[in-house]
Amino acid sequence: MVKVKVVERPPADLVVQSWVPELWKGMKVTGRHFFRNVLTGKGIVTSQYPEARRPYPPRYRGKHRLMRREDGSVRCVACFMCSTACPADCIRIVAGERGDENEKYPVVFEVDFIKCVFCGMCEEACPCDAIRLDSGVHRVPAYTRADELSGKEDLLSLGTLSVSRQGGEFK
Amino acid sequence: MLEFVLLTLLKILGFVLVFCIMLAAVLTWTERKMSAVIQDRIGPNRASILGIRAFGLFHPIADMLKSFVKEDFVPAGANRTLFFLAPAIALVPPLCAFAVVPFGPGDLVISNLDSGMLFVFAILGFGIYGTTLGGWASANNFAMLGSLRGAAQMISYEVSMGLNLVGIFLVFGSVSLTQIVAGQGELLWGWLPRWGIVVQPFGFLLFLAAAMAENKRAPFDLPEGESEIIGYFVEYSAMGFATFMLSEFVEVIVIACIAATLFFGGWQIPWVDPAGTAGGWITVAQVAFFAAKVLFLCWFQMLIRWTVPRFRYDQVMSLGWKVLLPLSLVNILATAVVLALIA
Repeated sequence: MVKVKVVERPPADLVVQSWVPELWKGMKVTGRHFFRNVLTGKGIVTSQYPEARRPYPPRYRGKHRLMRREDGSVRCVACFMCSTACPADCIRIVAGERGDENEKYPVVFEVDFIKCVFCGMCEEACPCDAIRLDSGVHRVPAYTRADELSGKEDLLSLGTLSVSRQGGEFK
Repeated sequence: MLEFVLLTLLKILGFVLVFCIMLAAVLTWTERKMSAVIQDRIGPNRASILGIRAFGLFHPIADMLKSFVKEDFVPAGANRTLFFLAPAIALVPPLCAFAVVPFGPGDLVISNLDSGMLFVFAILGFGIYGTTLGGWASANNFAMLGSLRGAAQMISYEVSMGLNLVGIFLVFGSVSLTQIVAGQGELLWGWLPRWGIVVQPFGFLLFLAAAMAENKRAPFDLPEGESEIIGYFVEYSAMGFATFMLSEFVEVIVIACIAATLFFGGWQIPWVDPAGTAGGWITVAQVAFFAAKVLFLCWFQMLIRWTVPRFRYDQVMSLGWKVLLPLSLVNILATAVVLALIA
């Protein structure tokens, strides 16, 4: 059985029904807000958007960024861990031969921001600190679906040097 | 004769066209600004002239320009003549009501009619035509229903609005606004101004309730219901709509003027020159005092409008017929008995 809690209605006696004391109570509330905001402006919560922008919270993620090596090339080794982990299937990678000990690099690295849910699982899956979801740059709305794709150059331009070592060893 | 005509035209220009119309325009700004401030927002502040914003005071000008250049849409099947006439019929009667309101001592009234308040009731009764014709001429069923609600509500509350003021007429022994104001210059027990609110406090509450319902503003805005219900000016756009809105704000000022005149002593400053014969700066102060009372009562109506939620329609009707009407009859009876006992 569901326990039902019956809340008694407040009595609608003659004082309430006459409206005058209740109206007075309400006008005390609205009047208090009116005078406080007109005289001091302290209660007002509006922010004047285009001129005054509220800062994003410190843990805001924003767009992805691709990190770089010391020589400036992309850290990503096109292992597909991020695109496999992605629940929204928004990362498209085309791998290419690098020709050195790192073997592979992404020829194409595209994130579709229409699909992306900004969950951060790509960042967690990445074995070599190549993709991070912490640029803090808001994704800009676009007019076409094609414009919502962010390519390697765009993501790399947000990225910085990463000094972490792959495999946990210093060379 | 020429002097009389010129003086009257000057009074009409100063009081009705400058003070009241300008105040109505400012009230459209006040309404939005007050709602914002009460709800902890800023409200309109973007309209600017040469970068000067002045708290958004230029918004009425921007609204007016916008209303003029928008398309004046007439629905198919509408009665074009009545459709364009209805906003004017809604606006003109409240403007006419200012004719008998004394805004200062002596000759500072456009027309000193002996039947002052009766004239106001008669002329405000015309306002119903604006509502009804506006809804009917639109050839829209929802507008029609809105105008029916409006007509029923306005007629119902007109009855009790008239009866509420009978107490005042009994106390001051006149329906002429000038004489009622003169009567309010007297003192009770040698110190208390005999204002209408002092001798008829109950009548004031009843009058304010009935007058706000008559004006179709929240909490009685069922004929129009700007946010949820479809009202009688749903088919109006551009200047037609703006005229309906303006007439509503002019009616706010009419109610404020009449309440100030009947219940707050009109142009009387307590204990100062009750006969109104001093002239000079005292007369200027008295006119300013009247304006201050009107401004306060406009502000008060707006505060009520942003405090109380809307009634249900059956509540509106039963409040009018079952509560306000009997109470105003009781008020008349009690006033008459007390007056008979004193005399």
